Amino acid sequence: VQVRAALFITCLADTLFPDTGRATVAVLERVGVEVDFPLEQTCCGQMHANTGYGHEVLGLVRRFVRVFGDAEIVVTPSGSCAAMVREGYERMAVEAGDDALAREVRALAPRVFELSELLVRRMGVEDVGASFHHRVTYHPTCHSLRLLKVGDAPVRLLRAVRGIDLVELPEAEQCCGFGGTFAVKNSDTSTAMLTDKMRRILDTRADVCTAADSSCLMHIGGGLKRSRAGVRVMHLAEILASEDS
Amino acid sequence: MKGGFPKAARDALADSQLRRNIGHATSTIRAKRARVVGEVADWEALRDAGAEIKERTLRHLDVHLERLEESVTRAGGTVHWARDGAEACAVVADVARAHGSGEVIKVKSLATDEIDLNEALERVGVHAVETDLAELIVQLGDNDKQSHILVPAIHRNRAEIAQLFRRELGVEVSDDPAELTAAARAHLRAKFLSVPVGVSGANFAIADTGHVVVVESEGNGRMCTTLPEVLVSVVGIEKLLPRFRDLEVMLQLLPRSSTAERMNPYTSIWSGVSDRDGPREFHLVLLDGGRTDVLADEVGRAALRCIRCSACLNVCPVYERTGGRAYESVYPGPIGAILTPQLHGLENAPTLPWASSLCGACYEVCPVKIDIPSILVHLRGRVVRETKAEGLSERAAMGAMARVFSSRRTYEAAQRMAKLGRGPLANAALRPWTRSRELPAVPDQTFRDWWREERG
Repeated sequence: VQVRAALFITCLADTLFPDTGRATVAVLERVGVEVDFPLEQTCCGQMHANTGYGHEVLGLVRRFVRVFGDAEIVVTPSGSCAAMVREGYERMAVEAGDDALAREVRALAPRVFELSELLVRRMGVEDVGASFHHRVTYHPTCHSLRLLKVGDAPVRLLRAVRGIDLVELPEAEQCCGFGGTFAVKNSDTSTAMLTDKMRRILDTRADVCTAADSSCLMHIGGGLKRSRAGVRVMHLAEILASEDS
Repeated sequence: MKGGFPKAARDALADSQLRRNIGHATSTIRAKRARVVGEVADWEALRDAGAEIKERTLRHLDVHLERLEESVTRAGGTVHWARDGAEACAVVADVARAHGSGEVIKVKSLATDEIDLNEALERVGVHAVETDLAELIVQLGDNDKQSHILVPAIHRNRAEIAQLFRRELGVEVSDDPAELTAAARAHLRAKFLSVPVGVSGANFAIADTGHVVVVESEGNGRMCTTLPEVLVSVVGIEKLLPRFRDLEVMLQLLPRSSTAERMNPYTSIWSGVSDRDGPREFHLVLLDGGRTDVLADEVGRAALRCIRCSACLNVCPVYERTGGRAYESVYPGPIGAILTPQLHGLENAPTLPWASSLCGACYEVCPVKIDIPSILVHLRGRVVRETKAEGLSERAAMGAMARVFSSRRTYEAAQRMAKLGRGPLANAALRPWTRSRELPAVPDQTFRDWWREERG
């Protein structure tokens, strides 16, 4: 089946991690998805909403509905941004008393997918034709796990990658300590959580830690880099896009 | 509250003994809970039922409360209505003094801790003896405070407790748990048999029948509620259940969620007074203490469903590292982060709604399905809108970011600025980030630049 999907890149990947975006496009096109990128998109408003400034970004909810409302499918390489649209938008619209917006959000939400969900659950694809000859451990990010409930979709995709040495991360389901502005407002607690997550990652002797969210990876990767751990982070999409042999 | 949670957490994180004690205790109980919950095939249906019962009760709380008053009065008890902690404390003090007692014995109770009952009694010359082992440990310690709803002394290991008993009770004990409990037992037994006034909280109060329910593990609660001549129970108004049969659901949910047991060892249920058995006098103090205000918040009020099981504490990655005292409240952990600011006023605990990474582990285990992460976000919004706690610089930064994202033109301009290391997208609260983490380099080409170049 020919799938057409509008890419919701997220402000973070757009501005700081364009490689993740390019990889997402490459993977989607390789499995036959026709990708569109609406240039009018900016940010989903998650940072504002989760920090208590949701009332200031209702415009971003309206903007998202306007930009993506006609898309057959919306796909994003971020579990938490997908969860924001699917779980958070309706609540914001209802709290603001905007019933029309709530209706539009409800109509759009079921068509918004995180990348691994779209591939595995919606399209039934597990082997995306990737090869990646490295030892890799996967961190399931909290919002993918508990809000989107992507389950083992990312792991299924990784298992099908040629040459990969996939090792299980102990206590994988514990939060890495990012939590958006939590990482700066409670930076000490965030760092304590990060330290424990890094210890688990190092214990696996993996040389790459992957996840399906650039924000958590920015935090974990920033910590690994600071401690000169010699382990790098890569977004799931980048591993799936890899053809290293 | 000076410095709030971030500061208190910083101090707690530096305590290696505390980190080890709490890390060990929470991971043990987490695994046990998962095991006993896994045994129940209809656990999710039970959670739904628990949430529904509590939700419906709260919706008509006024009606149920008056029925409870009738039932308790009919059974020979006396009901007192307390608007706040001071009123509730005064009732207990009056009862103790009326019986000429300089001491009361207490069952572990969060409601009485919430209103600082022990301190209030001390001021009128009445000493409260905590009979729960963990509460006793906390009471014996110098300036010690509870750090967990269910296991108040979770921050102590047995070596520390043995030292405390040797010093405070003057007994020779090793750190063997059996020896420690025997020492506490000998100390408490004398109190149970001599003190005429008992004080308890309650896990549930049944409107239809006037029954009050205390669920516990040690049996000390049973002693306090049966041996004294007079019993006073201080109960938050949200503890109500309409019908006796509602206990069927709650008594399945509570022990598995809290102590990770299939059933708790002691469940004491009584109504009013009965002839020749138990206390001669029973007083039920119904405490509002801010709960009516919580009910007025349509989102926040789900916090009143809480049955104080503490499952959310045990799975919380923040609590596991900071311990309970960093929350500076009787109610720590995720439930404390939504309950304390609502009960005591947002301006008195403005940092607590941010004491969470919103990972959602708490919501997953809550036996009455309180969506704690959503309530945290809701309360963050209320703190921003209703108090001045969040500083002007944060408000300005958030305002600037909101303007950046409001149009494609301003967004793309900010991206160009960020490449030069300037503007709202480059300067977002960097210092606390870079203390422990590197910042990603801003790439030369944004994704959209690439897209336009390649596909545009």
